[in-house]
Amino acid sequence: MKTLIVIGNGMVGYKFCEKLVSKKGHENFKIIVFGEEPRPAYDRVHLSEFFENQNAKALEMAPRLWYKENGIELITNTRITDIHRSKKTITSTTEQQYNYDYLVLATGSSPFVPPIKGIEKEGVFVYRTIEDLEGMLAYADKLNKEKPNAKAAVLGGGLLGLEAGKAVMDMGLEPHIVEFAPKLMPRQLDSRSSQVLQLKLESIGLNIHLSKATNQILGNDGHITGMEFGEDDKLDVDMLVISAGIRPRDELGKTCDLEMGVRGGIVVNNKMQTSDKDIYAIGEVALYNQMIYGLVAPGYDMAEVAANQILGKTDILMPDEIDMSTKLKLIGVDVASFGEPFMPASKGHSIIFENKTQHLYKRINVSLDGKSLLGGILVGDATDYNMLHQIYLNGMAIPEDPAQLILPASEGGASFGDVTDLPDEAQVCSCESVTKGQICSVIENGKATDVTGVVSCTKAGTGCGGCKPMVTDLTNATLKALGIEVKEGVCEHFDLSRQDLYKIIQVKGYTKFNEVLDNHGNGGHGCELCKPLIASLMASINADTANKEYAIQDSNDRFLANIQRNGTYSVVPRVPGGEITPDKLIALGQIAKKYDLYTKVTGGVRIDLFGATLRQLPLIWKELISHGFESGHAYGKSLRTVKTCVGSTWCRYGMDESVSFGIELENRYRGIRAPHKIKGGVSGCIRECAEARGKDFGLIAVEGGWNLYLGGNGGATPRHAELFAEQIDNETVIKYLDRYLMFYMRTAKPLQRTAAWQERLEGGLEYLKEVIIEDKLGIVQDLEDEMQTLVNKFECEWTQAVNNPEMMKRFNHFVNSEEEDDNLVFVPMRDQKMPQPWK
Amino acid sequence: MENILNTYTTTKLDNVNVWFKAALVSDFPKDGGACVKYKDKQIAVFNFERTQTWYACQNLCPHKLEMVLSRGMIGDQGGIPKVACPMHKKTFSLETGENLNGNLEAIATYPVKIENNIVYIGFSE
Ligand code: SRM
Ligand SMILES: Cc1cc2nc3c(=O)[nH]c(=O)nc-3n(C[C@H](O)[C@H](O)[C@H](O)COP(=O)(O)OP(=O)(O)OC[C@H]3O[C@@H](n4cnc5c(N)ncnc54)[C@H](O)[C@@H]3O)c2cc1C
Ligand code: SF4
Ligand code: FES
Repeated sequence: MKTLIVIGNGMVGYKFCEKLVSKKGHENFKIIVFGEEPRPAYDRVHLSEFFENQNAKALEMAPRLWYKENGIELITNTRITDIHRSKKTITSTTEQQYNYDYLVLATGSSPFVPPIKGIEKEGVFVYRTIEDLEGMLAYADKLNKEKPNAKAAVLGGGLLGLEAGKAVMDMGLEPHIVEFAPKLMPRQLDSRSSQVLQLKLESIGLNIHLSKATNQILGNDGHITGMEFGEDDKLDVDMLVISAGIRPRDELGKTCDLEMGVRGGIVVNNKMQTSDKDIYAIGEVALYNQMIYGLVAPGYDMAEVAANQILGKTDILMPDEIDMSTKLKLIGVDVASFGEPFMPASKGHSIIFENKTQHLYKRINVSLDGKSLLGGILVGDATDYNMLHQIYLNGMAIPEDPAQLILPASEGGASFGDVTDLPDEAQVCSCESVTKGQICSVIENGKATDVTGVVSCTKAGTGCGGCKPMVTDLTNATLKALGIEVKEGVCEHFDLSRQDLYKIIQVKGYTKFNEVLDNHGNGGHGCELCKPLIASLMASINADTANKEYAIQDSNDRFLANIQRNGTYSVVPRVPGGEITPDKLIALGQIAKKYDLYTKVTGGVRIDLFGATLRQLPLIWKELISHGFESGHAYGKSLRTVKTCVGSTWCRYGMDESVSFGIELENRYRGIRAPHKIKGGVSGCIRECAEARGKDFGLIAVEGGWNLYLGGNGGATPRHAELFAEQIDNETVIKYLDRYLMFYMRTAKPLQRTAAWQERLEGGLEYLKEVIIEDKLGIVQDLEDEMQTLVNKFECEWTQAVNNPEMMKRFNHFVNSEEEDDNLVFVPMRDQKMPQPWK
Repeated sequence: MENILNTYTTTKLDNVNVWFKAALVSDFPKDGGACVKYKDKQIAVFNFERTQTWYACQNLCPHKLEMVLSRGMIGDQGGIPKVACPMHKKTFSLETGENLNGNLEAIATYPVKIENNIVYIGFSE
């Protein structure tokens, strides 16, 4: 038995182990892995996710148990200090010696910290390990408490620097990016695309400082207070994150005299061997072709080569050319570059599409003969990246007019390049080196029947995740080609789509979840996907309230309130159109005061009372109801608010009574359950103070009636509603809205807002007009009748609940005690209270 | 805060020393759950009416350490009975306590028995 020692348990060191133990012959090796960090290897690429959840476990590449099960001895928290090549031993920080037959160096790199005066000050961080992040979080937390507008800068405007910039912004600090070069991402972007990116980043709140050389870090009492660039050129900052490049951790190679690069890195050949044939180097410490590759994909390839070489498969070698294409993640703006992003004019032609108003830039570089794609840059919209990258990697033919590759579809751009056109050897997942052929074959030989199966069989998509959309397309296309219907089922319990279930429940008249499951499901007990969906369908069809079968309702519907961060609830009474009398306002204030509730005006023009315990909910509602309030359905996938402006009632520009009409509409559609929530807006004139075009339905008063807009959305993907009909009267508005909403409720996917539904509707707005106005499908009478039934059957579910002792039983924290949850802790917040922050 | 997790450890049927009389069967929703207080512990108890099976686990969700699991929705994943936390929908096996859609710590589970329409939960202490 030979001993193989791996030094470094980072991403590449781990991948090496994984690859090794999956191959025949590994049984002949005793494997020992040393890692300097306290925990087993984790996914550094997704390090920034740690800010969101502080869940180190979720980043783990594999748990400790995995190493054990695979016969690997993992020794963490231990650095190797020396290699004695003549004796074939190594020494650790604990002064222990170990013999080896083969050694693999996977020590990675460390952030480069430029020698600037004052850089050792407190509040200066690097961004590489979980410990770095914990340090930053603690420091930011302290700053946020001491100072309302603390600022943080990132030194370096490259790929990682921008990611760090987003991270400090998410920590609540004012973010600044300081870059030495005259542009952002100098290694990946040309000047124009860099400018577009800069505009976009500035629009989301990042402050950018270019062409700045930092000569000094200013401080007070040992902690950072600013950065100095020139004599009178300073930036006040309270924290600094350095992201100025990486340096290979090659100190072990140096001290044992392995061949080194002039600027560092341990030299390896295409077998990943260093100048000592028994010592291999992989990942960011290895200098291959005089380059350090700071990405995981080449590191994983190196791991594959080294594992094969050590097991005697000496014909597996590292390719000469390594793809360095990259796509930026996380920052909320798409940026990608592939192949040769900057190309000299002598080598080919560039085609550039730029739209600064939309922060959009696309460039592709095409060979002189116009036949192949050499590289490109995408800023603002990188949806084409996967396809372009594949065309480039596989040298696929491009259309006669290459501009089609990047033009928006409406401007003559064809959706060129279908996944099925790719050659079998096309590498779809570059992190795990999975080809199209491999993906298709696991489906063809029945090993996988859906995307989840493909991912677990091939590991595609488990690295950076960038290829996921492509894996999905490919899986669906392959299934289709095999004649297998791509399942649109809502979850493992139902193969049926929402639309099919809607029809079935309507025709069969089901009123209980178990009836639907037993007659049309796949067995089992249902889950958090199908239960609320079927509850919502039965409500849309039968006008049931959420009290009917409360155990299948989504958790908010179950308790008729929105659950908050500490398990207490919020209370939102309906205030139709936002109109409220002083008496009702006083009642709200008195009730909030009595139960010590945090009070706030919502983004939906009504008042939210937070911090009610389960037991308090019915007590509070009883009082609200006695003052004439009713449920606001803030918890349901149902109508929320119809926001209004004051309109001609008071406003000197008002063309119509927007408040009156808003109230009428809100009262008409209150309580109906839909695939997702629905919001409306009514503005009294085109100044649009009610922001009606940002709502699912919006009305704007104009000369001669209302303009009706449909399918708007705020949220993560804002979209303006589209003009559907002009100058129509109140009655026609209601007729069209009844039909529109009911048609949406019948046909949308689960949790699809009107905007997304309308956008994907074949035929688009024109088709919608044909259905709703011209009655092309002959269904408008049914739609109107169904809606009228729902309107007639409306009942306030809170009134229903507080008047029924059986229903009230639900609102107890314990079944066997009257006590409250003893785990609740509130802290003061300005003049009110809030739940104590999560750790 | 972290040590509150330590108050909950999985109890196997063999180790039960106390059968705590929690409440009547009819106090629990069908195919749903409710919370039982036992000394300083909060225990979520679920009634799988469809199969006449009962499960109990800690009420504390290991994700954000809130006392909410009893208010979660129950169901199954590939036949494994599970509960989905109402807060962020992390799901846990009610048999082993394992987090089915993530890497959170497993939750503690407890045996349940029904006698004369009364629900009992088993504890070792
Ligand atoms: C309370 C409130 C924030 C506030 O303090 O102002 C709020 C709070 C929440 N919003 Fe909102 N939204 C609130 C107005 C809005 C608005 C503004 C508006 O209505 O004009 C929007 C953008 C408009 C829109 O919907 O298109 C908005 C877009 C969202 C979205 C994104 C929806 C989308 O289609 O992308 C979500 C997420 C979701 O529903 O999946 C969301 C989800 C939520 C949830 C339910 C998050 C959650 O799952 O817990 C929050 C519930 C808190 C609670 O207990 O009440 N909230 N939310 C506002 C309540 C309005 C009300 O009176 O009912
Ligand atoms: C925030 C961030 C985002 C990133 N995003 C991307 C991305 O989107 N795409 C991409 O391709 N790449 C990205 N990267 C780069 C990627 O993480 C690295 O390429 C990859 O981690 C390199 O793996 P490695 O194993 O060579 O080095 P590392 O992951 O650094 O592992 C080396 C390990 O060896 C240990 N070690 C060093 N010396 C010793 C010693 N003497 N004894 C014992 N242990 C030792 C170190 O402590 C470390 O744990 C990102 C990096 C960061 C920091
Ligand atoms: S934007 Fe809405 S969902 Fe997000 S934190 Fe605010 S209230 Fe919650
Ligand atoms: S608190 Fe339970 S899933 Fe987040």
